[in-house]
Amino acid sequence: MTRDRIFTFLQTYAVLVLIVLLMAVLSVSSDSFLTARNLLNILNQNAPLAIMASAMTLVIIVGGFDLSVGAIFAMGSVTSAWLAVNVDPYLGLALAPLVGFLLGCANGIVITALKVHSFLATIATALIFKGIAIAVSDGRLISARIDAFTWLGRERFLGVFNAIWLMVIFAVLLTFLLNRTTLGRRIFAVGGNEEAAILSGIRTNRVKIAAFSLAGLAAGLAAIIATSRVALGQASAGEGMELQAIAAVILGGTSIYGGQGAVWRSVAGVFLLALVNNGFNILSIDPFFRDLTMGLIILAALGISAIGQRR
Amino acid sequence: MNADAILSVRGIGVRFGDVEVLSGVDLDIRPGEIHGLIGENGAGKSTLGKVLGGYYRATRGEIAVNGRTQDRWDTPTALANGVAIMHQELQLVPALTTAQNVFLGLEDHRRGVLRRTEADRLAALMEESGLHVEPNALAAHLTIAEQQKIEILRALAREARVIVMDEPTASLSKAEIDQLHRIMRQLRDEGRSVIYVTHFLDDVLDVTDRVTVLRNGELVQTRDTAGETKASLVSAMLGGVKSETLYPPKPRDVGEVVLSVRDLFSPNGTRVDQLEIRAGEIVGLAGLVGAGRTEIARAIIGADRAQGTVEIGGQPLQNRSISGATEAGVVMVPEDRRGQGLVMSLPVRANISLPHLGRVARGGVVAQKTERGIAKRLIEQLDVRPAILDGDVSNYSGGNQQKVLIGKWLAGDPRVLILDEPSRGVDVGARETIHNEIVRLAKSGVAILLISSEIEEVLGLATRAFLVDRGTLVDEIDPDRVNVGDVLTALFNHQGMKDGVT
Repeated sequence: MTRDRIFTFLQTYAVLVLIVLLMAVLSVSSDSFLTARNLLNILNQNAPLAIMASAMTLVIIVGGFDLSVGAIFAMGSVTSAWLAVNVDPYLGLALAPLVGFLLGCANGIVITALKVHSFLATIATALIFKGIAIAVSDGRLISARIDAFTWLGRERFLGVFNAIWLMVIFAVLLTFLLNRTTLGRRIFAVGGNEEAAILSGIRTNRVKIAAFSLAGLAAGLAAIIATSRVALGQASAGEGMELQAIAAVILGGTSIYGGQGAVWRSVAGVFLLALVNNGFNILSIDPFFRDLTMGLIILAALGISAIGQRR
Repeated sequence: MNADAILSVRGIGVRFGDVEVLSGVDLDIRPGEIHGLIGENGAGKSTLGKVLGGYYRATRGEIAVNGRTQDRWDTPTALANGVAIMHQELQLVPALTTAQNVFLGLEDHRRGVLRRTEADRLAALMEESGLHVEPNALAAHLTIAEQQKIEILRALAREARVIVMDEPTASLSKAEIDQLHRIMRQLRDEGRSVIYVTHFLDDVLDVTDRVTVLRNGELVQTRDTAGETKASLVSAMLGGVKSETLYPPKPRDVGEVVLSVRDLFSPNGTRVDQLEIRAGEIVGLAGLVGAGRTEIARAIIGADRAQGTVEIGGQPLQNRSISGATEAGVVMVPEDRRGQGLVMSLPVRANISLPHLGRVARGGVVAQKTERGIAKRLIEQLDVRPAILDGDVSNYSGGNQQKVLIGKWLAGDPRVLILDEPSRGVDVGARETIHNEIVRLAKSGVAILLISSEIEEVLGLATRAFLVDRGTLVDEIDPDRVNVGDVLTALFNHQGMKDGVT
């Protein structure tokens, strides 16, 4: 293999190689790791983050960053619990993703209308969304212990948690969207060479707005799963999830410079981080080493991404 | 190596990808001379200037300073050896003052803390050099001419003995050009050398001591300017012999008017009163670099905001956007295939279908079979190699990338095809394929607008041609009756007239 090919391979499959290695190590060092119960739990626990990372992939491919998805998650959490308690549980589950979609759309409009970098614009909108979430919930926890609300996050279908089903369906749909539809193609084109996309008659602003709207939708969807699981809506939910989602996408080898990437790899990135976390718990190692290890893994992924870009 | 030369090069060659931009160039710069570098568009004058200044690395050849051969030659080494380059795009920090810019990287400091002596040092430097600028003005607020003075002062602050100026007069007024020439003479009289890269022949004759002419990346001659005239320089730039390129026979069957442009104005200087292209015609636009040819094309297809009417087959274009133009059948192959043409991270197939996604999709889902069919047809039609639908376009040669780019725009079966530098930076084989395809398209009834910096290409392919200067069509020429020399002389004359006015 030439040097170029090695980097392309690493950028594409490094995350899978690392997952396999880590699973092998953990299976050997602990009996409680390789059990259906533990593995299903890991998937279930991380399904909301995986949904957000899937959609974040689109935003990063189009050449943006979305630092507001954590705040949209908080809005989703508060909206769904408030509606469940005060109006109807099903309405809460249905409307929160829609709210997320609209907030994402607002992000896209702000970014394209003001022509500011999405990194900066979403820092600002995150504060606004968070502020609204606090105002709506009046700064309190909204308890929603209603079976018609909590089934989504707690129950299973065919022996597998609903959350896992939703995650798989969402990731498959986004993969289809990215690889088979005109929107997906335009997302790659805008991120790969915006000038060429403009000269090809593509309305690049609409493409960006679509990507951010999907990221918002995903955050809303993740929020209803997590909120119905804990039966609590709160404005402090989702804090830091935007950074975890971005880290997972980069770990999956999606180029931070845009134009390249795949949804499945971001999902794999989420589970790589989850496995590291789980492994440190099982082996009860000092959490200091856990953060250190995760930081080093992300740094290595960034390095590979940057080298890939320079080729 | 020549011992009196302060800077000399031997056998310099530069390749960009698979294109030879310069080959086997020898040049000696003497102390205390103004040395002009001239040539047609694409002859390599600017590249040579950048190699001398250390900005481009030469692929082959040697560079010597005061007779000592240098093993490496980049901008820092060049500066250390007293060679500075003044770029066409000036390299100033807009938020710093004149004085801070002049001494950028040479700041007086004590353990990293600035001593804020720049203004005094600048005053001394200005006294010595006779160049005057306002020391505390922000660079962002200065005119181009003043910014150039900063660049020159910056070179002097580094004790440069040789200053390369790459097309410095492009955006200067007549008075500012005269002032720059005075500065050049003054530098020469102090024993410094100036390398003056320009396409303004009057300026070369006015100010230089010696002049080097390049043609197709090769050295033609270096002579004393005193013995040269505009005519002798033009003929040196063109060479006595016709080049070997053979062009396909021109289409002669002309149909109805397909593209009709009237009173087209754009804020970046385009002013076209009337331009009509009939089916089967290849209309060429010839002009010097920066004459505004690309801007005319961009205004027609709606890439830039423009006022005026554009009619396609008698129907005025209502939707003045690129997608509107594409739908009406007017497309432009842009000049910069990396920057504006291809998406390098997408495969060949996806690049070809990009402007036509709406038509190859059903309900928003790309119909793979249709897409592959279109890509396959164009790959065959244009002989793209390797002929792989999912090929990684970033690994293709320049010529094959250009074929993919042209294919991308042919995929929609356009009625009007605008080609901006269709054969720039491609190998001979691809060039021939592209030329044949242009003529074949015209014969099949497409109206073609051809923009090229190579006057020979315009004359060889076009059935009619216009000279372009500052965004307007200044003259119509018959490509079969004029030669490259006539066109170039005419272009320089237009330029001269405009200079007289300003």
